[in-house]
Amino acid sequence: MSNITTILLIPGLPLLAFLLLGIFGNSNSLLKQGAGIIATAFMAISCLLSVQAAINYFVMANLAENGFAAIILFKYTWLSFGSGISIDMGALLDPISAMMLVVVTFISLMVHIFSLGYMKGEERFATYYAFLGLFTFSMLGLILSSNIFQIYIFWELVGVSSFLLIGYYFAKPSAVAAAKKAFIVTRFADLGFLIGILTLGFYGESFDFQTLIQRFTDHQSPQFLAISAASFMGITGLSWGLMLVFMGGAGKSAMFPLHIWLPDAMEGPTPVSALIHAATMVVAGVYLVARLFPIFAISDQAALDVVAFIGILSALFAAIIACTQTDIKRVLAFSTMSQIGFMMFALGVSNYGGENGAGFSASLFHLFTHAFFKSLLFLGAGAIIHMVHSNNMEDMGGLRKHMPITHISFLIACLAISGIPPFAGFFSKEAILHAAHTSSPIIYYLALFTSMLTAFYMFRLYFNIFWRSEAKPNHNTHGEGTWSMKLPLIILGVLSIVVGFIPFSHYVSSDGKSLETHLDLMFSILPVSLAAAGILLAAYLYKNKNEKPEQIAQNLGGIFSLIKQKFYIDEIYLFITHKIIFNLIGRPAAWIDKHIVDGFYTLTAITTEEFSSTIKGWQSGNLQSYALYFLASILGLAILIIYALI
Amino acid sequence: MMPIGLTHILLLSTGLFFIGTYGFFTRRNLITILMSVELMLNSVNINFVAFNKYLYPQNVDGIFFSIFIITIAAAEAAVAIAIIINLYRSHNSIDVEEANEMKY
Amino acid sequence: MNLLLLLIIPFLTAIGILAVNGLKQVRTVAFIGSMIQLCLSFYLLNQYHIAKELGDASLMLFEQNYAWFPSMGVYFHIGVDGISISMIILTALVVVAGVLVSYGMEQLHKEFFFLLILLSLGAYGFFISLDLFTLFFFLEVAVIPKFLLIGIWGSGPKERSAMKLALMLMGGSAMIFIGLSGVYYYSNETCFGPRTFDMLALANNGISKEAQLFFFPFAFAGFGVFTALFPFHTWVPDGHSSAPTAASMFLAGISMKLGGYGCLRVATFLMPQAAEYYAPVIVLLATIAIIYGAFATMMQTDLKYINAYSSISHCGFVLLGIGMLTKVSITGAVMQMVSHGLMTALFFAAIGMMYSRTHTRLVAQLGGLLKVMPFISSIFIIAGLCSLGLPGFSGFVSEMTIFVGSWQNPNMWYRLATILSCASIVVTAVYILRAAGSSVMGPIKDDHFLKLEDALWNEKLAAVVLLSGIVIIGLAPFLLTDLLSPGTDIIMKQLLK
Repeated sequence: MSNITTILLIPGLPLLAFLLLGIFGNSNSLLKQGAGIIATAFMAISCLLSVQAAINYFVMANLAENGFAAIILFKYTWLSFGSGISIDMGALLDPISAMMLVVVTFISLMVHIFSLGYMKGEERFATYYAFLGLFTFSMLGLILSSNIFQIYIFWELVGVSSFLLIGYYFAKPSAVAAAKKAFIVTRFADLGFLIGILTLGFYGESFDFQTLIQRFTDHQSPQFLAISAASFMGITGLSWGLMLVFMGGAGKSAMFPLHIWLPDAMEGPTPVSALIHAATMVVAGVYLVARLFPIFAISDQAALDVVAFIGILSALFAAIIACTQTDIKRVLAFSTMSQIGFMMFALGVSNYGGENGAGFSASLFHLFTHAFFKSLLFLGAGAIIHMVHSNNMEDMGGLRKHMPITHISFLIACLAISGIPPFAGFFSKEAILHAAHTSSPIIYYLALFTSMLTAFYMFRLYFNIFWRSEAKPNHNTHGEGTWSMKLPLIILGVLSIVVGFIPFSHYVSSDGKSLETHLDLMFSILPVSLAAAGILLAAYLYKNKNEKPEQIAQNLGGIFSLIKQKFYIDEIYLFITHKIIFNLIGRPAAWIDKHIVDGFYTLTAITTEEFSSTIKGWQSGNLQSYALYFLASILGLAILIIYALI
Repeated sequence: MMPIGLTHILLLSTGLFFIGTYGFFTRRNLITILMSVELMLNSVNINFVAFNKYLYPQNVDGIFFSIFIITIAAAEAAVAIAIIINLYRSHNSIDVEEANEMKY
Repeated sequence: MNLLLLLIIPFLTAIGILAVNGLKQVRTVAFIGSMIQLCLSFYLLNQYHIAKELGDASLMLFEQNYAWFPSMGVYFHIGVDGISISMIILTALVVVAGVLVSYGMEQLHKEFFFLLILLSLGAYGFFISLDLFTLFFFLEVAVIPKFLLIGIWGSGPKERSAMKLALMLMGGSAMIFIGLSGVYYYSNETCFGPRTFDMLALANNGISKEAQLFFFPFAFAGFGVFTALFPFHTWVPDGHSSAPTAASMFLAGISMKLGGYGCLRVATFLMPQAAEYYAPVIVLLATIAIIYGAFATMMQTDLKYINAYSSISHCGFVLLGIGMLTKVSITGAVMQMVSHGLMTALFFAAIGMMYSRTHTRLVAQLGGLLKVMPFISSIFIIAGLCSLGLPGFSGFVSEMTIFVGSWQNPNMWYRLATILSCASIVVTAVYILRAAGSSVMGPIKDDHFLKLEDALWNEKLAAVVLLSGIVIIGLAPFLLTDLLSPGTDIIMKQLLK
């Protein structure tokens, strides 16, 4: 098969599954029964094809001295705006997109398999798989985009499939509210993205990634000079463009302060959370910054500093909140946010080219490893929820005996995310910390603290679920679930151990040239021991049921409840939207329209009516008064003629 | 004693005309209104005859017109009285104020 | 192709409707007539492409010119370019869908279908006219049936709404007439010289700048009344919500487009200097309409009011695109007209189907319909997603084209207007999702809903007709932009002259 066919089939197969199941899934009983199998088979082929494409790209392609080059497989003008500006539909294959292809199709496949058991017996089973197909298609389209407007198109499609999947249980008001919230918050962020695109596209005179990068990194090009000369509020056009684009990325990646939708998004089915809100869609922001990274790094360090700042802030902020949550999916959601913060600030502290670009590789390495262990955590949580029928860790405890496979795989994932060698997370997190260390000490120490917190809250979760005493003794009625649920856990568990050994920066680096990094054992001692300390603290507090956590919470008092209420950010948003926007803008607008603008027309109508009813009194029907008018007019005319005209 | 001139006759006809007008405006009874109209017509007749006699004695146009008017007035009175009788049948009154169904 | 066919077919259909009896026969005649018209409009598109490929470079194709009142310079002059063809296809699609959703019309069905077809006849005539007098004639033909459709078959305070709509549109027509008369008078400033209503001749010769400055506001605001230009938009919510389903679809889908087309083809095309002069005002009013319409929508509780107010906001985009006066933005404005026409017709169709079953349009009383009538609810959600500009649907491409085009105007205030308009798509998302979230999603609020049935075949077909238009434009926007390109080129040439 030619490369183009392969690359078209990778997103094409999930799209086909979506169309097939979405249109006929509910009417055709055969399709309804076999929806899961069909979608999974399509996904499996797509996954194999993308692995093949990635291998082709990384191994078969000869590594020239310029490193891995970006290949445009095809490009088709979709909507032309004249004078070179157009939205193209194309496929761009470079190291990061090849890597992401594998991640997305693989995690999606795992989720498809897991859902066979988890979603069994749902009434809208086919619809569920249709939406999964739509999401996978859009995500793959986003990854392959060669044009910044193309990425925006798929960006929106990803957003809507997330909306549909979160709102899958549409009869539940909380799910509908969460779906709305996710869509609207990311839509708000996308507003920034869109304006950023318009700015970059206008000055860059192109929407094409490669053209934009080439023009904006060449400090002599007319486009660069134009965008640097343009300034608004003391900030150059380029910084505005990049920061606005980053705003879109921050919204999708749940960075502070646009993160509020992510915890609520856990209302969706758990496998969906594993796919969308852990491994794939939420890292789209990181991917976007990585895509434009040369412009950030070479031409606009200030915007990159913003990325670093938002990244570390979100990482720390989310980690603190995660320590207090009791809904296991929300803990995982905040942990996702925190880990994406790691990826963001790793990009932020990085530079372009060679050793200086280590942060770039580290960030994407973490994206890669995180996808495996975080989806494992979510799928594990799904298995647990499937058994316990509750999201709350208070209802769990002592589950290690009933769910051995889930237990072991969950433990592996926890160790991986905590950065304990030799699990995958260790390698990527060390790389990030190393990059931060060489660039900015403040970020480095904050990151160290955050990674200790990570170990603490993950093991708080772990011990609360699997150790402690059993909260409800009778929940082992239907075992650990089917093999379709266990198999993905095992595969992901194995991968969470081994993927760390991939020499990632050899393949993915800021300038495409291969970068050899070495593990500095002396450097690793501090982070690893801090992580171990976090684990031990969690074990001390939560392994057995005791009063200590309660006491600590009481001693912290107000601070604890502040954190537990997520710093009241949601309430602030609610206040702004409901009280300010609805009451101060929406209602007055509706009122003005009804009473003032429309009132004007009503007034016109009333005036006309009043006027006519006044003059209609003259039309009395009384013969004698008519005669009087007649006579008076004649006399008036006579006087007029006599005195005015003669 | 001064001879009776055109002015005197015109004064008479003007007086007659305005008496008719006054009756037309103020009376409510349709018969009286009709009589007032007749007065006005006759004042005009006087004018015609007077002008004819004093200004163009060689012509008969004025007399011709006054005969014409008398004829029309007779026809008009017939029609008017027919209307009034009909009105009386339907309203039991010939008060002009009460016939206001077509108002507005 | 003979363009008169476009008028003859609806005329014959209307006669045919009068000739037959019974709902079944009447609706069959109406359906067949509108289908023939739809096929004809696609045939016209095909012929247009063939003519263009053969190298026909004339401004208007398939022109015909007959003397009507030659002594006054009134001719029956018709012809089409890409812009008119896109409008004609839009009209044909909406008419077919409108006839299909009215299949169950029991009350005075013969008159109802007759008026629908008459309205479409007016719209077709309007879009193919090249003579201002003919254009105005057909505009009036399209206005009168609306009054009857709302006043007789409407719901709620229908007499008041019908009156309000008719009076405001008549007011608009009066302003248009002043504008057109001005253009006519100043086409030749000598005292008794021959004057013309012919658009092509007018565009060629041009009229003096002073006359343009005086008459442009009349023409633009007059057509603006039709296309919900702020502050002439207040007929929209009342008119749409009182109208029967098919009439709402026609109103929003076709008749608001008469205004947009007029603003572009008559006001901007014939008076380019004035358009440039007044552009800031247009942009300002359009931005107000977009933002304010969106916020006002957020507070509505009736589904039809929601869609009507959102139409104000969406039609604001049309005017914004025209006001920005770049080629891309004007192309975007026309695309938005087509897209909004299809999308809002689909929305009204879905609302009408829901209303005819549940007998309520209040968001607070609906809920959980996705479970009992999945097809209608999905259509509702899809129309909503199109309205909030989801890629893959026509709303996205047209809005993006307008934004890209507007951004090409480097004036700071225009940029601000564009940013505010972009912001409205967030507000759109808020109100659409609020409406969809509580009316078709969520728990079922009324047990009666459980017994309701999903869409019938005619309703499904209507939805599919409109949806296919939306999706085709959404997936292959180049089809539409290629069609519009020559037409917008001509307008740009006028503007740069």
